[in-house]
Amino acid sequence: MPADATLAAAPSLGTSAPIQLPSPIAESRGARIALIALAVAFLGFFLLLPLVAVFVEAFRKGVEAYFESFDDPDTLSAIWLTVVVAAIAVPLNVVFGLAASWAIAKFEFKGKSFLLSLIDLPFSVSPVVSGMCYVLLFGAQGVFGPWLAKHDLQIIFALPGLVLATIFVTFPFVARELIPLMQEQGTSEEEAALSLGAGGFRTFWSVTLPNVRWALLYGVLLCNARAMGEFGAVSVVSGHLRGLTNTIPLQVEILYNDYNFVAAFAVASVLAGLGLVTLAIKSGLEWRYGDQISSAHRH
Amino acid sequence: MNRRRASRIIAALAFATPLLAGVTGACAQGKITNVSYDPTRELYKEFNAAFEKNWKAETGETIKVQVSHGGSGKQARSVIDGLNADVVTLALAADIDAIAKAGKLPADWQKRLPHNSSPYTSTIVFLVRKGNPKGVKDWDDLVKDGVQVITPNPKTSGGARWNYLAAWAYAREKNGGDDAKAKEFVGKLFKNVPVLDSGARGSTTTFAQRELGDVLLAWENEAFLSFKEFGEDKFEIVYPSISILAEPPVAIIDQNVDKNGTRKAAEAYLNLLYDKEGQTLAAKNFYRPIKPELANAEDVKRFKDLKLVTIDKDFGGWAKAQGEHFGDGGTFDQIYKPQ
Repeated sequence: MPADATLAAAPSLGTSAPIQLPSPIAESRGARIALIALAVAFLGFFLLLPLVAVFVEAFRKGVEAYFESFDDPDTLSAIWLTVVVAAIAVPLNVVFGLAASWAIAKFEFKGKSFLLSLIDLPFSVSPVVSGMCYVLLFGAQGVFGPWLAKHDLQIIFALPGLVLATIFVTFPFVARELIPLMQEQGTSEEEAALSLGAGGFRTFWSVTLPNVRWALLYGVLLCNARAMGEFGAVSVVSGHLRGLTNTIPLQVEILYNDYNFVAAFAVASVLAGLGLVTLAIKSGLEWRYGDQISSAHRH
Repeated sequence: MNRRRASRIIAALAFATPLLAGVTGACAQGKITNVSYDPTRELYKEFNAAFEKNWKAETGETIKVQVSHGGSGKQARSVIDGLNADVVTLALAADIDAIAKAGKLPADWQKRLPHNSSPYTSTIVFLVRKGNPKGVKDWDDLVKDGVQVITPNPKTSGGARWNYLAAWAYAREKNGGDDAKAKEFVGKLFKNVPVLDSGARGSTTTFAQRELGDVLLAWENEAFLSFKEFGEDKFEIVYPSISILAEPPVAIIDQNVDKNGTRKAAEAYLNLLYDKEGQTLAAKNFYRPIKPELANAEDVKRFKDLKLVTIDKDFGGWAKAQGEHFGDGGTFDQIYKPQ
């Protein structure tokens, strides 16, 4: 911004012979307006309109019908289950993510790039496939199926399966935020702490962690949004038992297929609202602590 | 300084949240799980409430019926993979046969309850838009150019398999029993199918809500239900000259009820389907009751007499038809090429 301002101001400062600076924007005014309009129209059509449509459909039969949608015990249980799944999956991924990024950014060891690729795996594998993997491992016909059945343990089609699938899908979010930032920060502060006599844990708690705190919060937000919104992987391991193993996204599908369109969009609007809140906090963090969030967080 | 505050936020996030999870201990209460297919949502919603009341009146115990709905084949797969179903109420016998093959119930399960274990039947009809703009009268009209047919995927949906075989039966009869001609006909029909949803309900919403296609091959009960949900003025039912007697069977999953200790409740649940409550609710929700005399006369009146072929007589039973038509490399694999 400041650079543009000086450029624009420069000609007017000139007295007799204004310096002709080549305009950084060579296109004619018409072309510029057309291109901007195209971009805005595209965004409006593909992003804004669908979002608005969710809320319009949700309120189609009025505010009362909207709120009545949340009287359904199955919907309430879906919301509760989603909160529980995220409440288990997100903190675990915070611990995994912190540990992984600390190890990768601050230490040198063999197999580091392999570990990095492993962390990225959930981004490249379709969520449906990851769900299937858990069915193949823990399903009745799976590798551990007979053992689990003998000990009367239920993993898939129950809470543990939902949590496992969610952890898998959201695994990279925290680590991916932290690794570039930690690498950028280097190890000098930790070395200083160690040379002043701090132990490993003290160094981590008082030096490393505070340095990445905003990036961590940012990663937690993204991780949480995905954990609550995940459909594919949990759909495979859910079994769709009403009021028992349906998370919010699955409940939206069920309501839609029950011809209960208002309720479906009302519940969907909760997810959309969650997305908007996440976006707002995320933008706030970026604006306030941009320099501390890592320069490499462009998803 | 903010450092300390941030650390506290993080610590609170990390340690407080799992505590929440601990609160969700399941309350101990009798329950049975019914894993069903797609279009039975409304039927079992009403029937489960009736059963819960009935069970309370007879035993004094409170019981809750849990349900899951989806494409019949997909649901069977879930039960095989360990979904803890006490009873299954699926779209066709082949799917329960598959569960039996995995050892969860005896192979002769279908003989345990009257009428091939099917407390209600249905058939396949055409649903068209009001005024029948494409003039669809019979199966022949579905293979014409410019007619779009909506049906779910026979690989995952039970209803779709009945659709497929009904079309096959029609073409075979028309061509003097020639199966090769029938295959050609069904192949042509599927060229007119723009999308294959995984379950019957998905196809109905594709046709009715998203307004795609000219004809929906539908369960009779789905077709009637769409009148109720979307209004009588939007669609019409067309009865083809031949259709198929669809028998959606029910069964107890022995391995699961023995583990859960729910055999008595599960048996009572299925028996009630054959009783007055079950038959009345089946007819009310547009399924053809096995004992129409137990249901309300005005509900029964809605069902039209149709020429119906049966899976046992005309296709040699599900065990044969399933492999021949819908197994890997079966006739469906041969005729269907996604566009």
